[in-house]
Amino acid sequence: MSNSAILSSSIAKKYWMALTGLFLCLFLVGHLLGNLQLIFVTGEEGKRTFNEYAYFMTHNPFVKVLSYVTYLSILFHAIDGFLLTIKNNKARPVPYAYNNPGANSSTPSRYMALLGSLILVFIVTHMANFWWKMKFSSDPMPLHQVVVANPQSGAEETFYITHTGDYIPTSAFDGEGEMPAAMEVRNGTEFFLKEVNLKRGEGYKDLHSVVLSFFGQDKTKDGVPEKNEMALFAVIFYVTAMMVLAFHLWHGFASAFQSLGLNHRAYNKMIRVAGQTFAIIVPALFAIIPILLFMNK
Amino acid sequence: MASKFINITLKIWRQKNSQAKGSMETYQLDHVSTDSSFLEMLDQLNEQLISERKEPIAFDHDCREGICGMCSLYINGRAHGPDTGITTCQLHMRMFKDGDTIYVEPWRSAAFPVIKDLVVDRSAFDRIQQAGGFVSVNTSGRTIDANSIPVPKTDADKAFEAAACIGCGACVATCKNGSAMLFVGAKVSQYALLPQGKVEAKNRVLNMVRQMDEEGFGNCTNTGACEIECPKGISLENIARMNREFLSAAISSEN
Repeated sequence: MSNSAILSSSIAKKYWMALTGLFLCLFLVGHLLGNLQLIFVTGEEGKRTFNEYAYFMTHNPFVKVLSYVTYLSILFHAIDGFLLTIKNNKARPVPYAYNNPGANSSTPSRYMALLGSLILVFIVTHMANFWWKMKFSSDPMPLHQVVVANPQSGAEETFYITHTGDYIPTSAFDGEGEMPAAMEVRNGTEFFLKEVNLKRGEGYKDLHSVVLSFFGQDKTKDGVPEKNEMALFAVIFYVTAMMVLAFHLWHGFASAFQSLGLNHRAYNKMIRVAGQTFAIIVPALFAIIPILLFMNK
Repeated sequence: MASKFINITLKIWRQKNSQAKGSMETYQLDHVSTDSSFLEMLDQLNEQLISERKEPIAFDHDCREGICGMCSLYINGRAHGPDTGITTCQLHMRMFKDGDTIYVEPWRSAAFPVIKDLVVDRSAFDRIQQAGGFVSVNTSGRTIDANSIPVPKTDADKAFEAAACIGCGACVATCKNGSAMLFVGAKVSQYALLPQGKVEAKNRVLNMVRQMDEEGFGNCTNTGACEIECPKGISLENIARMNREFLSAAISSEN
């Protein structure tokens, strides 16, 4: 019996819920710090910093392990929550004709499953918009480019930047008239000299531009002006999702400690205040980023 | 306070037996003294029903002084009605106004099936108690005096606070998940805190939690509603203590 208790009992499920939930709170902090670069580091430097950061986050082995733990935590938190909710609904087959739950509990605490489901919907769309594009999409990501003015002629030329800091002119990838292009991009990011089959370097995926054109009103590309009709919708959706997250955290943060058995007069108030502060500040900082990106461009 | 008389409308759950389909029925009751308790008001309604040759309403009650845990009732959307720290027998009609409509329903829980009208079967709590809510004492004929075992005052106080649970089921009734964790937490805590209970602590918490799950109670989502509606003020600390006891037992028990 007790062999399975740690896996199947109602209390064990709450432990898993709390542990995965608190881990995801840590993940939120990490994710937020990464995102804040979008507004605190601006211009070309911001683009460079962010794309290098995105490369680090997708290639560093330690981060990779962390990201798999994060995926598992999200799945486990969702599935466990789903199972708990089913059992909870079964526990009261006949509802009250007249109920006044507001008299004894906070509203967010009673809608954790609904709030969590909405967050899951958001995570799916969010990953489809950015994570999927970064990792799997057959449609290749744009690569990091810089425009540099030639000191002699003053003419502007566009270059790809490689990991080693080399500049490769984008013109090398275009054929001229009858002449075939000297270089080509392979595997999404690798720059190859076609004839000798030699790798000259590897570029950065330009996630920065993807994000900016996703939330920015103006997605002018190659000098062709185009208004981003979807931007306002994207920003509203994102900000709404962050409000949902705030309500989920408002109850969830402190609730996790109670589930883990951490309840003591000496620190209960501290946990509650810390949780509610976290629930406001973290989603608010997340939400402010797309708003600023929308207003700036 | 001078006594007043009020006229009220009651909407009460009527159900012939555990198999029958019940429904909310409406009753008009006049000249109810605000000094009467809620149960006395129901007695008055039953007398009226009997004089009209109708079936009186079945409801649980016993001591009528807030210590037995027999009375239940979900009144106007709250367990034991619109007041805190009391059982239904301690609820008085002065909490209501003339012309009020009062909803009276039985505890709603899969583990507490309705027997008749407002009476539910709370033997699920008994089975949880039987699964581990006791201390085994051998009848050797020379049982030592309990007071000879030193107990720290703070532990004794906390155990006493937990033992104040009267098993009325208000925690289950008010919990949006129909969870019995405040009850089980209190029962686990009252023993776990005392040296006499520590001997069997691991098996106790595992067995009681297993029985709780088998009875079909829901899970705790820490809304805190149970703590507010509990007539005996049992604290959420007891649920946290049960969770700690459970974890330590689940990872270290020999069974």
